[in-house]
Amino acid sequence: MHEELTPEEKEALKHVVSKFDSFEKQRGNLIPILQMVQNKLSYLPPEAIKIVSEYLEIFECEVFGVATFYNQFRFHPPGKHPIKVCLGTACHVRAGDIILENFERKLGIHAGETTADKEFSIEKVACVGCCALAPVAIIDETVHGHMAPSKVEGLLMRIEIEKEMEERAKIKDESGR
Amino acid sequence: MPKFLVDNKEIQAKQGTILLKACLDNEIYIPNLCYLEGIDPPSVSCRMCFVKIEGERQPVPSCTVTVKDDMVVKTDTPAVRQLQRTALRLLLSVHHVDCKNCQANKKCELQRMAKFLKVGLKPKGLERHLREIEIDRSHPFLDYYPNRCVLCGKCIHVCREKNGQSALTFSKRGFDTVISFYGVKDLSTFECENCNACIDICPVGALILKESKEEFLK
Ligand code: SF4
Ligand code: SF4
Ligand code: FES
Ligand code: FES
Repeated sequence: MHEELTPEEKEALKHVVSKFDSFEKQRGNLIPILQMVQNKLSYLPPEAIKIVSEYLEIFECEVFGVATFYNQFRFHPPGKHPIKVCLGTACHVRAGDIILENFERKLGIHAGETTADKEFSIEKVACVGCCALAPVAIIDETVHGHMAPSKVEGLLMRIEIEKEMEERAKIKDESGR
Repeated sequence: MPKFLVDNKEIQAKQGTILLKACLDNEIYIPNLCYLEGIDPPSVSCRMCFVKIEGERQPVPSCTVTVKDDMVVKTDTPAVRQLQRTALRLLLSVHHVDCKNCQANKKCELQRMAKFLKVGLKPKGLERHLREIEIDRSHPFLDYYPNRCVLCGKCIHVCREKNGQSALTFSKRGFDTVISFYGVKDLSTFECENCNACIDICPVGALILKESKEEFLK
């Protein structure tokens, strides 16, 4: 299920661990430490949870329990194209959950997860500040307002096509030289 | 020793006794799920144990009150019953009711409360909200059924009592809250195999020993 950390991630993890010393070994420091780890690694892999648990002498399961309570922590590396679906009040009222469901179904993952090819990840977010456009989804950095289930497939397709075009351009570049 | 009245019956209990416990000890049943002697502060999460105490404007959860001299308590006013029925209906609306195939059948606190409060086990009018995962088999010795769990927290408490820290925890939140055994495979120091404290304390059939389950399936 969980893949091994990449060499870069291992390096980053080693680096944060060396900074643990600046925190006293107190339960109260659990969240600041988790935040620091996530800042470096952009998610909390099981290896990190284990190290934090050993450092603070809190069971892994409790560390996990605390971390899963907060939306800010993720347990999968973000995909290349992060998809954020707004479930704030306005978007909720305009059926943002159906948009979310459509992304989940199309990509075969749940909110908080990342596709196996690491291309996409889905996240639920609260209001992103453009309620007039509800329901809203953000892909990469682009805001898509007035989302409809029928738009989901098109948006994903567009990313696929862009990717293919890039690849083709690359091949052309290379062969052109 | 404080003396007080519950449903017109005179009761005595030691100073500092929790009202709920005093009643239960005197054969006055008050529905309850999350109270456990020694949990301090009480978790007060199930909202089942309401009583009316004279002088208080609203019903109060009896697991949060200690007995006092001359207290006058009623356990079955209409307001109390309404709160309890609503709480139970809400619990059942996130519950996969399948008593025939459940190990807790006939010794289940939900069944007992439903009978006592005359609430059907499959109440109408509320949307059913079940978790996707029916059985969590990640623990080496037990299976966990999220859709039976009432999130009373007793299993976490007894595990902590026995082992200093708990190998079980609440994870996630809201409707998604479940008990998790994250990292349990590494807990070789734990004597889960001969302990079973969590299984024994569970008021419903949410925690089940693995073997018994396999025998059951044969
Ligand atoms: S936990 Fe109780 S109510 Fe639920 S299925 Fe089992 S016996 Fe029935
Ligand atoms: S598993 Fe049982 S004891 Fe533990 S929280 Fe759920 S219902 Fe309570
Ligand atoms: S609620 Fe979605 S943008 Fe405000
Ligand atoms: S027993 Fe009092 S709130 Fe659960």
